[in-house]
Amino acid sequence: MSESELLELYRRMVLLRTYDERSVVYHRQGRIGTYAIFWNHEAIQAGATFALDDDDWIFPSYRESAIGLVRGMPAETILHWWRGHPSGWWNPAEWNVASICVPIATHVPHAAGLAWGKKLRGESGVAMAFFGDGATSEGAFHEGVNLAAVMNAPAVFVCNNNQWAISTPIEAQTRAETLADKAAGYGIPGVRVDGLDVLAVYEAAREAVERARAGGGPTLIEAVHYRAAPHATADDPSAYIDLARVDEERAHECVGRYESFLRDAGLLTDELVASVRKDAEDLMRAAIAAVEAEAPPDPELLFTHAYVDPPPNMRNG
Amino acid sequence: MAELTLVEAVNDALHTELARDDNVLVLGEDVGRAGGVFRATAGLRDRFGPDRCIDMPLAEAGMLGAAVGLCMAGWRPVVEMQYDAFSYPALDQLITHVGRYHWRTGGRMQFPITIRMPYGGGVRAPELHDDSPETYYVHASGIKVAIPSTPADAKGLLAAAIRDPDPVVIFEPKFVYRTARGEVPEGEHIVPLGRARIAREGADVTLIAYGAMVPVCERAADELAGEASCEVVDIRSLRPLDEETILASVAKTGRVVIVHEAPRTVGFGAEIAAIIAERAIFDLQGPVLRVTGFDVPYPYWTIEDSYVPSVERVAAAVRKLIA
Repeated sequence: MSESELLELYRRMVLLRTYDERSVVYHRQGRIGTYAIFWNHEAIQAGATFALDDDDWIFPSYRESAIGLVRGMPAETILHWWRGHPSGWWNPAEWNVASICVPIATHVPHAAGLAWGKKLRGESGVAMAFFGDGATSEGAFHEGVNLAAVMNAPAVFVCNNNQWAISTPIEAQTRAETLADKAAGYGIPGVRVDGLDVLAVYEAAREAVERARAGGGPTLIEAVHYRAAPHATADDPSAYIDLARVDEERAHECVGRYESFLRDAGLLTDELVASVRKDAEDLMRAAIAAVEAEAPPDPELLFTHAYVDPPPNMRNG
Repeated sequence: MAELTLVEAVNDALHTELARDDNVLVLGEDVGRAGGVFRATAGLRDRFGPDRCIDMPLAEAGMLGAAVGLCMAGWRPVVEMQYDAFSYPALDQLITHVGRYHWRTGGRMQFPITIRMPYGGGVRAPELHDDSPETYYVHASGIKVAIPSTPADAKGLLAAAIRDPDPVVIFEPKFVYRTARGEVPEGEHIVPLGRARIAREGADVTLIAYGAMVPVCERAADELAGEASCEVVDIRSLRPLDEETILASVAKTGRVVIVHEAPRTVGFGAEIAAIIAERAIFDLQGPVLRVTGFDVPYPYWTIEDSYVPSVERVAAAVRKLIA
């Protein structure tokens, strides 16, 4: 990686971190709705997507709600989504970022279908889907990964194993020693990486993307860490989690870890850190101001996009 | 015109639409090498290749989920569910994604998925090969549903579904797959969604049905000749629903019997009855009656004839209205 790439990766991590931290504040201020926190997941999200080209697709779960930022999607769009405003809808084809998937693992077959569909057309393009450890218990995960494997589709499945599905620990989720082991059942490579090491995640994703492009089919990447924040703003983990362990995790958070690496390599100065953070904070400040200035949505939007060609009685209520 | 069975007409529609539009794909379990368990997809793999008529792993939800991704890649997938009740795992994708994704993109992306499946009983099959699940599908937002009763409509409605910009589910009445024979236009043939068909004109009672219950109503009308003149309305499309044709018939006859195989409670007959009550109550000369399946699991086949609405049950309902 070049110096500028290493710094761009840092910029993306800081942008994601800032988005997340500001969102928790905005939620507490009543400015956005319930919000799924991704604090300390930035290494996975920025690292894995750094291996993609612009014509590759990203399939986020709600944990990756802001992942469009790495493609230049306006933070306003994502904030609108969390404000329950229809301006939070986007065109997946504009960013090659699918809509945020709320029901667990159900977007895994979408990624398989997109990757397979691109391949059938003779077009380039890899699909990268993100999901959590709990998702690997879902049928949709199994069906989607199996289908991608059978079709030799250029897909990369990134499992964010933060070891908690809301309050359910990983040992209550699976008897498998690792989630990466599940890849063997599909006849595809499974890789386990440190989910707080952005360069390790990037390297695993780069190999997987290269293999997919070369016709080698899908890869399952398990990025391991430990959830160091609540599942969402409505969650109180003190009821089920070991808070001492959480404190320990927070002390090793991934943005600071990468920052230390860049400083040691002589690539990052205090001035640069301050400027990257300020850019991200300015972006968020402008974004929240913009979404709050937007007019309330027209109730007509109840109907506008329910169908392309709506049935005549759709408005009977 | 060629005389075809209903399932041959389905096959004809698929051949015609795959030839017309290179973006149309057929996927399902056993649709390729075997040509479908009912032969609905016969010949497609040989003619269009294994990349246009695709044998899928056994996973109904995964298959429908993959169809969402295929749409994102520019395809128009036609997904076969092998049997009615085998489609239930796919309701997850249908409800959470297929019917909502266009909306979720603010109308910027289309998901022109067609799902087709044989449905209904009467074929002496094991459990869960006989269901009439149309209510589940009509109730899902963003979905259209059509059910043909004749070979010509089977071809025309399926072609309309494939060309429709929204997701459409076609239920094919397997009981009459090979017994319904009729003239089918050759080449491209479209029956627009949302237009009911007057299968038979009459003056005294309106029988409203779809799918395999249309011929049952027609036979009941035959049996009642001399007692009552029955009009048979084949609604063909549950959503969009042609309310005007139903209401015009009710205005003419003032008496209504609605017939479907699905269980009674919240069956589609309840919706039709409610629409008639809201919009035509002063046209009625008696209660709106329903002849339906029962609120029980679809039975073992040795007693299925007691479950599926029969000519006798339909005729009895009509006699009650004209007494």
